[in-house]
Amino acid sequence: MDVATALVQCLNALQYGLLLFLVASGLTLIFGIMGIINLAHGSFYMIGAYMAYVLAPIVGASFGGGFFATLLVGVVLSVLFGYALEWAFFSYLYEREHLQQVLMTYGLILVFEELRSLLVGDEVHGVATPGWLSDTVPLGGLMTYPVYRLFISGVCLAIAAGMYLVFTRTRLGMMIRAASCNREMVQSLGIDVKFLYRVVFAVGVALAVLAGMLAAPVSSLYPGMGNSVLILCFVVVVIGGIGSVRGALLSSLLVGAVDTFGKVLLPQAAGVLVYVFMALILLWKPQGLFKAG
Amino acid sequence: MEAARFVQGGLKARAWPIDRTAAVLAALTFVALALVPRLAGPFGIDLVTKIMIYAIFALSLELLVGSTGLVCFGQAAFFGIGAYAAVLLTPPSAAPSLLWILPASVLCAAGAALLIGALALRTKGVYFIMVTLAFAQMVYYVAHDTPLGGGSDGIYSNAKPVLGTWLHLEQPASLHVFTLTSMAAVFVFLALLLRSRFGRALAGIRVNEQRMRATGFSTYPYKLAAFVISGAVAGLAGFLFAVKDGFVNPELLSWHLSAAVLIMVLLGGLGQLRGALIGAFAFALLQEFYQSETIFGTFAKHWHLGFGLTIIASVALLPHGLVGVPGQLRERLMGRAARRAGGLPDEPF
Amino acid sequence: MEKIRIAIIAAAALCAPLAGAQTAAKIKVGLMLPASGTYASLGSAIENGFKLYVAEQGGKLGGREIEFAQVDDESDPAKAIDNVNKLLKRDNVDVLVGTVHSGVATAMAKVAKETGTVLIVPNAGAGAVTGSMCALNIFRSSFTNWQPGYAMGEVLAAKGYKSVVTITWKYAAGNESVGGFKEAFEKAGGKVVKELTVPFPNVEFQALLTEVAATRPDAVYAFFAGGGAVKFVKDYAAAGLKKSIPLYGPGFLTDGTLEAQGADAEGLLTTLHYGDGLGTARDNAFRQAYATAYKMQPDAYAVQGYDAAQMLAVGLNAVKGDLTKKQEFAMAIEKAKIDSPRGVFTLSRSHNPVQDIYLRQVVGKENKVIGIASKALADPGLGCSL
Repeated sequence: MDVATALVQCLNALQYGLLLFLVASGLTLIFGIMGIINLAHGSFYMIGAYMAYVLAPIVGASFGGGFFATLLVGVVLSVLFGYALEWAFFSYLYEREHLQQVLMTYGLILVFEELRSLLVGDEVHGVATPGWLSDTVPLGGLMTYPVYRLFISGVCLAIAAGMYLVFTRTRLGMMIRAASCNREMVQSLGIDVKFLYRVVFAVGVALAVLAGMLAAPVSSLYPGMGNSVLILCFVVVVIGGIGSVRGALLSSLLVGAVDTFGKVLLPQAAGVLVYVFMALILLWKPQGLFKAG
Repeated sequence: MEAARFVQGGLKARAWPIDRTAAVLAALTFVALALVPRLAGPFGIDLVTKIMIYAIFALSLELLVGSTGLVCFGQAAFFGIGAYAAVLLTPPSAAPSLLWILPASVLCAAGAALLIGALALRTKGVYFIMVTLAFAQMVYYVAHDTPLGGGSDGIYSNAKPVLGTWLHLEQPASLHVFTLTSMAAVFVFLALLLRSRFGRALAGIRVNEQRMRATGFSTYPYKLAAFVISGAVAGLAGFLFAVKDGFVNPELLSWHLSAAVLIMVLLGGLGQLRGALIGAFAFALLQEFYQSETIFGTFAKHWHLGFGLTIIASVALLPHGLVGVPGQLRERLMGRAARRAGGLPDEPF
Repeated sequence: MEKIRIAIIAAAALCAPLAGAQTAAKIKVGLMLPASGTYASLGSAIENGFKLYVAEQGGKLGGREIEFAQVDDESDPAKAIDNVNKLLKRDNVDVLVGTVHSGVATAMAKVAKETGTVLIVPNAGAGAVTGSMCALNIFRSSFTNWQPGYAMGEVLAAKGYKSVVTITWKYAAGNESVGGFKEAFEKAGGKVVKELTVPFPNVEFQALLTEVAATRPDAVYAFFAGGGAVKFVKDYAAAGLKKSIPLYGPGFLTDGTLEAQGADAEGLLTTLHYGDGLGTARDNAFRQAYATAYKMQPDAYAVQGYDAAQMLAVGLNAVKGDLTKKQEFAMAIEKAKIDSPRGVFTLSRSHNPVQDIYLRQVVGKENKVIGIASKALADPGLGCSL
């Protein structure tokens, strides 16, 4: 592999890693701060992608909005959806053991998949890239790189920065971090932990939905698309350390690199490299790379 | 107060002396299952054999999850290894003898469990769950992507094992009886194991591992032993599955199967061996129910919806699984009456 | 068309009481197709095609009425044997039809071989089904993965390309398709310089697209289907490779995916045994009937289902509905010329279609047939002892 190609591969790895981070960040929030194993996270990603497909013509027709309008509508809807879902369903899971959470959220996956089949059908769909972002950037005569992917990477970085700022510089972030360490204590200090958890859950859902909406134009919508994302998300979160957003970012980038270079350098083992990597990290650091927070 | 009640409830659930009603029920179930080949048609025999194989699979996980508190998300790996060993070791034209192929397959699964467990048990809690998943995925890729596994379309065997001249496992009735015997044997073995000192050590590890270590127990060998035994039993289930179908495929190693067996164990109820059996039966029968076209017509193709809702409802309403239903009912009926008689206010369940 | 159908059904209804006590027992056809998951739409297209033909024959084939039993195989090979047994033992079907996924079809073929039940495979392209597992009672109305690949190999060699990179998922279907391509291409003097694989069902192609760009072959042959095909074609165009390194593949790259792929698929050449705009009378009649009955356009899968029913009809007519006459049943189909909407095809010794593989080009939302890539191409049926 010559230098130019290697550099492009690095770019591929970076871009893939950042997209993984966007999807996984919601999971590490919900997992780390509220202690809920949510297998339905991949379903939220799928819902986001299908939302992009379904909402785009509606938004375009009703108030002539384009890509950003669709994103905004989608995020707002997903926050409301996440809030309602937490109130109706997930709030019962806090006291339960991990296993029961696994079971209930697995049931939720089945329900969501079937609802998708009933509402949108089983065909494969695609979403068009917004016009002003569908350019490509030439990479030194080798190939071109789609501007949209760079845009996604930019959005992911912005969100990562935003999350960091909220967690470390705001009162809300402080309360969230405290609640994840000791729920009862925070409650006895007079802070409404129920409301806090609801907000965090809604944000986690919104992040996953946003990831789905952003990735939709460079991905494709098909039945079962949430499942492959789900496993990879868990791998990323566990490698990074549960509850650590910083860890999720680092591990997403590492997983992106392992996947990208693995496909090229070790294609016979490409499918399993990420898992080997996770096993190695966990054997070296049994609690992931970073502690929560 | 609550802690005492919890401990009491926990001890009762262990049922150290053998519960007479439970024993009678178990005997009746055994007899009923033994009669299936006579009463049911070929499909019925197939179905019950499959459920019993899943029951053995669930029992293996119950040992790990319910009794030792180790949540393994990669149990399908040992199931699949047992199944693949059964097919790969079968010679192309002759029927192999049960006497060597069964132990060989089970040993393959146990060996893998030893390797994987030795590494995975260095982690705890959620990380342990993920590491077991990772290892299962590695085994999946060996089956799917390497020549050893035979590729993504699966491999099949041409002959099914025999025991001398009097047991031919290609006959559904014989396989049914053999599976029933195996299931009973595994059940009795695990029940004895859990009542032994070893079993009590596992229970101690489940309740509070740190305390066990503080009293001088080194918990790692116990956990590893439980892991290997569990892997061996799962391998036995896989072996029987391969014998029944004569066909294995990498999907037998997928995490969906690992999730399914976890669901079986939870549905039935953790902490009791019969929970695994009940869970396996309930799981399989629920699937049959929701997929039935006679009941749901064309909506039957969306059977995942009803199935998913049932899983959610059963976890929400039956926190101790199906095994806990009689207890729950008793509490509701008698508890309320007793409280009213005693003049105490109604307590939430 | 509608009037004719009503007339036939009315006549059949009138004749039924005349047949009186001699009404023959119904033949139960077991459809094992995916109703959920990625291949659900293929499953319903096959079912629609099959049932259309049966309806056109007035609900009877070989003089006996056809009834159906269905099972959703979920494209899950782990449950395959159970599902086949459901059809055979619980629903007591006489004929098995299925399925889409090759792993499941392999299991079906195994059971069919053991029990001697007639099995007609309306899609799965695994070579083994009409290869090492072939049997007198196993037929296929679709293709082997090898066929479109081989045809494309011939096409690219004829175009004068010397070096090609292949890319596919690492699973049996992908291996067989690339194998077919490589066989034809290298036989004609070309060279497959790199065989890239992606673990199934991973859809992250960027790394390998960069590899392709760095290798600079004359062309690329890609085998993907469904969601993967959509993403690959879009990614390929976005990487600017569509202009510099032409992309080719079997029809699955662009079948059922054109709406999602949009302009990125425009102009792509693919090979398949069916396409749009064939223009024959037979195809037009079929398309009209299908569109009327199901309010959508048929695709290759619908044709395969339709032809599976035709093949069953040929066999049943020859034995007058008596399925115990297995030799005559098989020989009738082996000798038959099936008048399919795709064109007339026959069956090879291993019971796989010997058919023209068309060269199609994506024009708008259609895969327009622009020529024949390989005439009367037969799969070699390696390992079949028939």
